[in-house]
Amino acid sequence: MAGPSGAGKSTIFKLLIGEEQPSRGKVFLDKQNIHLIRENELHHLRRKMGMVFQDFRLLSDRTVYENVAFAMEVAGSSNKEIVQDVPQILELVGLPDKLSAFPSQLSGGEKQRVAIARALIHRPSVILADEPTGNLDLLNTWDIVRLLLKINELGTTIVLATHDREVINNLSKRVVTLDKGRIIRDEENGRYIL
Amino acid sequence: MRKLSVWRVIKSGWQGFIRNYWLSTATVAVMVLALFMLGCLALFNVMTQAVVANLEGRVDVSVYFNQDTEEAKVLGVRQELVALSEVKSVDYVSQDEALKRFSERHKDNAVLMQSLQELDQNPLQPSLNIKANYASQYETIANYLNDERFKGMIDRVNYKQNKDLIERLTSLTGNIQTAGIVISLVLGLIAALVSFNTIRLTMYTWRDEISVMRLVGASNWFVRGPFVVEGVIYGVVSGVMALLLMYPMLYFVSPKITNFLPGVDLMYFYQANFWEFFFLLVAVGLLLGGTSSLIAIRRYLKD
Repeated sequence: MAGPSGAGKSTIFKLLIGEEQPSRGKVFLDKQNIHLIRENELHHLRRKMGMVFQDFRLLSDRTVYENVAFAMEVAGSSNKEIVQDVPQILELVGLPDKLSAFPSQLSGGEKQRVAIARALIHRPSVILADEPTGNLDLLNTWDIVRLLLKINELGTTIVLATHDREVINNLSKRVVTLDKGRIIRDEENGRYIL
Repeated sequence: MRKLSVWRVIKSGWQGFIRNYWLSTATVAVMVLALFMLGCLALFNVMTQAVVANLEGRVDVSVYFNQDTEEAKVLGVRQELVALSEVKSVDYVSQDEALKRFSERHKDNAVLMQSLQELDQNPLQPSLNIKANYASQYETIANYLNDERFKGMIDRVNYKQNKDLIERLTSLTGNIQTAGIVISLVLGLIAALVSFNTIRLTMYTWRDEISVMRLVGASNWFVRGPFVVEGVIYGVVSGVMALLLMYPMLYFVSPKITNFLPGVDLMYFYQANFWEFFFLLVAVGLLLGGTSSLIAIRRYLKD
């Protein structure tokens, strides 16, 4: 999903996770209209989606391990599952040796990997990534993009919002371009054109 | 799975308390002061009660009987008075006893003693010293003794002379008690508000974390739980610390108060009622911490 700042990318994400109500139209996940879900049931929906943000949004007073484990704890997974899955997923994102580090001790790229691990832990059917590379340098940007590609190949839909022309042009995936709150283009193998 | 969640919530709350020790220390410090004040207020009320009881204990009403009244009749009246709910105690002073006390008190006054000796009979009257439970009850007792059937034997009741003093004392003790309650309520309210605001600020620092927890799929209950646990821990720790802080305070202050008001030993009172204080401070701390967190967190759960 491409478009300049203020085009409406984040708004679409807010609609997708049920944080905002659409003035028109409907949003479905697995045949369920997510805007008919009651406020106090929304957390079930959020466990089916993984979310990654530009500012990482990790829990600052918890370690890497605990940040990922938290997502499993709230879903009621057993301790055995947590002990098994968390190191595995951290291995997948390339952080097997940072389990007991706190977010403040990590680089931006590492933080984003933790966030991706956390988003992946429920084996969601879709991952929403809102400008995940916005705060990262070039090298880290490509690391994260490659990681997302790998996850995509393993069978998870990824919605990536970005205004990074380089990233979009190198991915050759479906590109939806937004401008001033409207979809102006939607093409397979698209490019960033404005 | 339910049990597992409860355990996780408690663990998470405890972790929050320990890991953010700097924040916890600040919050606990404020709550300790508030609860300490509450403990002092309780002791202050004990003190005013003691002052009131002390003042009231000094007042009594005496009934003087005619000299020829038989002892049995006087004792009969005493029986009746003791049966009244307003009466705390009645002391019988016989003629002989009265004479003994009189001569004891005036033994240095030669003129008085000599004139006493010249009399061939005891000039004093038998009497009953009545103490009421509260100063305000003397009026009722005096009215009771004004009854027709006592007319023949009672010479006088000294309530009239004491009336002014008793009334002033009644209003004074009433005022002291009202003031104690008002001061306690006001300061107690301040203590509660200060604690509440401190916890509210603590929760304010977590507002971003709270939104993250929600995005990751935590139910409201799972977000709220650890913070309430944390608030409860603040309260309990503060309660215990305030309780311990009372010791050195009383160690220095209690003897001074005993000097000033003999018979009031706050240290003794504190030690004798230690568990009552424990439950008062810890329970108030617990409730204050828990509900403050609950209310404070509510704002951040609704966007």
